[in-house]
Amino acid sequence: MTQRSRLHVPNAPARPGDKPDFSYVRLSPAGAVPRPDVTAAVADIEELSTSLVRVLDDSHNAVGPWNPHLEPADLQVGLRHMVLTRAFDDRMQRIQRQGRISFYMKSTGEEAVAVAQGMALRPGDMLFPSYRNQGLYVVRGRSLTDLMCQCLSNTNDMCKGRQMPVMYHWAKGNIFSISGNLATQFPQAAGWAMAAAIKGEDHIAASWIGEGSTAEADFHYALTFASVYRAPVILNVVNNQWAISTFQGFAGGERGTFAARGPGYGIPGIRVDGNDFLAVHAATQWAAERARMSGGPTLIEHVTYRASAHSTSDDPSRYRPKDEWQAWPLGDPIVRLKKHLIALGEWSDERHAALEKELDAHVTACWKEAIKYGTLSEGPTLDPATMFEDVYKHMPPHLARQREELRALRAIQPNKGSPEQQNLDEQTQSVAKEG
Amino acid sequence: MAYMNMVQALNSAMDIMLQRDPRVVILGEDVGYFGGVFRVTDGLQRKYGEHRVLDTPIAEGGIIGAAIGMGVNGLKPVAEIQFADYIYPGFDQVVSELARLRYRTAGEFSAPVTIRTPCGGGIRGGQTHSQSPEAIFTHVSGIKVVMPSNPYDAKGLLISSIEDDDPVVFFEPKRIYNGPFDGDPNKPAVPWSAHPRGEVPEGYYTVPISRAEVVRPGKDLTVLTYGTMVHVVEAAVRMAEVDAEIVDVRTMVPLDMDTLCTSVCKTGRCVVVHEATRFGGFGAELVATVQEACFWNLEAPIQRVTGWDTPYPHAFEWEYFPGPARIAQALKSVMEAA
Repeated sequence: MTQRSRLHVPNAPARPGDKPDFSYVRLSPAGAVPRPDVTAAVADIEELSTSLVRVLDDSHNAVGPWNPHLEPADLQVGLRHMVLTRAFDDRMQRIQRQGRISFYMKSTGEEAVAVAQGMALRPGDMLFPSYRNQGLYVVRGRSLTDLMCQCLSNTNDMCKGRQMPVMYHWAKGNIFSISGNLATQFPQAAGWAMAAAIKGEDHIAASWIGEGSTAEADFHYALTFASVYRAPVILNVVNNQWAISTFQGFAGGERGTFAARGPGYGIPGIRVDGNDFLAVHAATQWAAERARMSGGPTLIEHVTYRASAHSTSDDPSRYRPKDEWQAWPLGDPIVRLKKHLIALGEWSDERHAALEKELDAHVTACWKEAIKYGTLSEGPTLDPATMFEDVYKHMPPHLARQREELRALRAIQPNKGSPEQQNLDEQTQSVAKEG
Repeated sequence: MAYMNMVQALNSAMDIMLQRDPRVVILGEDVGYFGGVFRVTDGLQRKYGEHRVLDTPIAEGGIIGAAIGMGVNGLKPVAEIQFADYIYPGFDQVVSELARLRYRTAGEFSAPVTIRTPCGGGIRGGQTHSQSPEAIFTHVSGIKVVMPSNPYDAKGLLISSIEDDDPVVFFEPKRIYNGPFDGDPNKPAVPWSAHPRGEVPEGYYTVPISRAEVVRPGKDLTVLTYGTMVHVVEAAVRMAEVDAEIVDVRTMVPLDMDTLCTSVCKTGRCVVVHEATRFGGFGAELVATVQEACFWNLEAPIQRVTGWDTPYPHAFEWEYFPGPARIAQALKSVMEAA
């Protein structure tokens, strides 16, 4: 045996042309993992971070101690939110392909994470999402028209044309701004939760990052701060197997689960079937209850699969097998909840088809409404001079001067059809008349 | 009125703000139980409790990230970064998050965080305890950047910074924490009690952000400077025997262009002095600003006296430091130019 070190470079189990191989995903049977009391000591519940919490079994029944026993009406609401999220994603993808928005990111295959968690939390809880948690907006009831207007950067854009599509925010809905820089929201969520505890409130925070982003220092900061101050925060790692072309092994997934990072910090880790609406809901409820009782943070790893491309700028056929999603052992979260409801006698294929039709029509109506406010390519857009606003609370003189420079420049070389130009035309005409 | 050094003045500012505003919290490495490695937060945890004055893990990115979250949740965090040299792990949180949160959410979210951090050399701190990285932050839109040069301004500007609804990076020139240093390390230390700006009201007052101050009126030339260098320039002016007008910039962003340019247009000559490295430094911004506004009044090229474009060397810090002799030479040469 040689006495030399050898560099290990992780290899994805399957690349284009290969047969999909998910043998590395360790599964537990539905109902097999015990549900400890929310006050349990971290050292006593480490198993939660390596096994897989599942509720829905292969016969579509809810089994075991993690069954949240939700009412069928609530399950139907959850199904509706997931179907709407997918319909919205599909439409925005097509719209991007038509060139009417610059960019989009779908959450297909991961809808249960945002929807079940959004439903398990209270409206006063603060959410620090990543860019693939649009289901949170659906759960909290933000109109799709508003989200579309953001993607269009039009005159009704909540971001006033300053952010790429999908970087939403909603202060009234307690959903924090999405950053393009990965994982920055994780320590911010810990800090928000610390403030809630300092103020003695019972609100908690929740944040989401992908498994790839756990490699960022911010992940470590968040777990350290959350642990040290026992902050009431739920830290979610959405392990969808792929960070663009980089499979989860490059974030350390070959060496252990992401949930297992939690116990190293003194934080409970729960590895949950991310495509099982009931399991995600139950794990979130457990963590939320623990946080509200001063039990501190929980790290939840959602084992799921990114069924679509990373974004509209990505082509996954260049780095993974085309049929990989079909081989994914945890299926499709929408199909699984639908079949569970059918097994309960509370749903049918006909009702499902009618729901899809209804929500598709809703998305169409929202889109028609959204484009009334303009599109990035065809306008109208906001006055570009608004770009100088909100850099500071009050505009300092140097920005006011730059705004005047821009206005003067646009008066010489105006954009046809802009509100400014129309004003200018009217002014010119009135001056001409008076002259 | 009482005499305070800069440490006491800064401590008094935070004491007053913790008292006046229940939203104010202090956080940072060693700031709580121990009172800070420079003693700036001494006694505050004892007085206000460990929920208001928090010791933190050694994680600058975590400190600033958590402070942002606290700010979003209605608190007014004052984060200490123990040395400006240690701020880089938190840089992403400052640049991509803190500075742009108001902008990217069109005003829906903001985080009124003040980041205090000691800067500057002359304390045998070598390259990792001596830097003046203000220009790295002045280049970022959305944050304000402040550096006081005396106890009175330090207290008044820190209160203004904490009250400000925008994030502020507040640089504290640590060489003058205990006295106004004139650039000669061999002279006995002078205490702040011997300086008029060492006299500080014990109660609440503010010094406005974005106002420069003429600290010595003069007619021959204008020196634009800030922090420790204000005192070094005063010594250099005496050495060069010129009637210089010294302007303490105090706030780098937003910059008080009117005070700066009025002075230079009046004197027609200008020297810019800072301790930080020259290339791409904040002095370049000052020179560009002044020449745009005062070009037709200028009698001579504007000169810069700065730290050399090297890391801060431990053994040669007085050769690195832009001391009075170097500054005096520049003053004379600007006066001699046609």
